[in-house]
Amino acid sequence: MIDFAFFLEIIPVLLAGLPLTLLLTTASMVIGFFLALLLALAQQGNRRIVIWPIRAFVAVFRGTPLLVQIFLIYYGLGQFRPSLQAIGIWWLFREPHWCAIVALSLNEAAYGSEILRGAIKAVPRGLTEAATASGMSKLLTLRLIVLPLALRQAIPNYTNEIILMVKGTSLASIITLMEITGIAQGLISQTYRAVEVFVAAGAIYLALNFAIISALNALETRLTPYRVRA
Amino acid sequence: MTYMTNIMHILGFQQGGWGAALLAASSVTLALSVLGFILGAALGATAAAGRLSSRRVPAWLAHVYGTVFRGVPDLLTIYLLYYGGSIALTQIGTLFGSDGFVGLPTFATGVLAIGIISGAYQGEVYRGAYQAVDRGQFEACKALGLSRYQSLRLVIVPQLMRHALPGLGNVWQLVLKDSALISVIGLVELMRQAQIGAGSTREPFIFYIAAAALYFVIAVVTASVFRFSEARAWRGMVHA
Repeated sequence: MIDFAFFLEIIPVLLAGLPLTLLLTTASMVIGFFLALLLALAQQGNRRIVIWPIRAFVAVFRGTPLLVQIFLIYYGLGQFRPSLQAIGIWWLFREPHWCAIVALSLNEAAYGSEILRGAIKAVPRGLTEAATASGMSKLLTLRLIVLPLALRQAIPNYTNEIILMVKGTSLASIITLMEITGIAQGLISQTYRAVEVFVAAGAIYLALNFAIISALNALETRLTPYRVRA
Repeated sequence: MTYMTNIMHILGFQQGGWGAALLAASSVTLALSVLGFILGAALGATAAAGRLSSRRVPAWLAHVYGTVFRGVPDLLTIYLLYYGGSIALTQIGTLFGSDGFVGLPTFATGVLAIGIISGAYQGEVYRGAYQAVDRGQFEACKALGLSRYQSLRLVIVPQLMRHALPGLGNVWQLVLKDSALISVIGLVELMRQAQIGAGSTREPFIFYIAAAALYFVIAVVTASVFRFSEARAWRGMVHA
C-alpha cells in the first residue's frame, strides 16, 4: 500500500521549501520579538495615552485571523499604491515575501508583548529595589537585572510561539509563496496522493518542531543550572 | 467624504450593498466553528481518555494524534481531508461510471477539519483538568459505591470543567480564527465572502477591514460566554 519510492521522490521536492519556511519564521520571530519587547517596555509606565493604543493593537491582532491580516496587508494595502509610492514604502507591500513577514511580525509582536509583559512582571520587586538602592540607573537595572531574568522566564512560552510561527508561515502559501505547505498543495493536485504528501510534509514540520523544542529546552537548562529537574 | 459614503454604500444593506452577505457569511463562520468545536470536544475527550488510560495502545494512539495535529500546520490538515476525501470519492464515483472530479461537501469537510484540529488541543486541556481534580474525590466516589460511569458523570466531570474552561476558551478563539482557513476549499464563510466582495468591487481594503471587524466582534462576544460559564462553574467555591 505504502509506496516508498514515491516518498523518496517527494521528500527532496518538499525540502526545497524548507529554506523559505525557515527564513519566514526567523525573520518574523526576530522582528516580532524586538517589537514585542518595545511594546512590553512601553507598557511599564502608567501613561494611559501609551498603554491604551498598545492594548488595542494587541487585542486586534490576537482577535482576528492571521489570514485576514495577511490579505489586508497584501491585497488591502496594495490598493493605496500611489500613496505608498509617494512615501517610498511601496517596495515593502509589493513583494509577497515582505507582506508575509510584516503580517507575521505584527502578529508575533502582539502575542510576544503579552508574554514579555508577564515575564517582566514576574521579576521579584526586591531585586529592582536592591538595584535602585545600590545606585543603578533605570536603564542599567533593566539591562542587568530585569531583562535577563524576564527573558529566561519567557523561554517556555516563547518555545510555543516559535512552533505557532512555523505553522503560521504555511499561510504564506496562499499569497503565492512556495514554502513547504505551498509545495505540498501543488504536489497533491498533481499526483492525487494526499495522504502520502501529508505524511511527508507533516514529518518535515514535526522534525523541525522537535528540533526547536529540544534546542530551547537545552538553552533553558543551561540558563537555570541550579534548578533540579525531575 | 466621498470615500466614506462610498464605504457606507458598499457595506450597506440596500440593493447592491454587501452588508447582508457579510452577516450571512458570519453566521456560516459561527455555525462552522461551533459544530467543529463540539466535534473537537468529543474527539478531545476520547483522546484525553486514551492518554490517561493505563493501556499502552490507546495511550500511544492518543499521544500520536495530539502531537501530529498540534504540530502540523492546520492548512496542511485541511488539504489532507479535502483532497484526500475528494480523491477517494472520485475513485468510488469512477466505479459507478461517473467521470470527473467529485468534490467533498465543503461545510462538512470544514467541520471535520476543525473538529480534528481542535480535538488535538482540547485533549490536552481535558487531560490537564482531569489531573487537577482532587484525588480525594475519586476515593470518595469509591467509598460511596459509585460505578466508574456514575462517578465520572456526577462527580469528576462537573469538577473537571472548572479547570478546563479557561483552556477551552483559548481553544475556542483558536477555532474561530482557524475557520477562516476553510475558505481555501471554497466554503463561503466570512473570509471567502470578503474575498468575493473584494474581487467584485476592487475594494479589498474595505472588505478585509470589515471581515476583521466581524471576526473581532464574534471573538469578543463569545469570549464573554466562556467568562460567564467560568464564573458559574466556580460559584460557591473559594479559589485564589
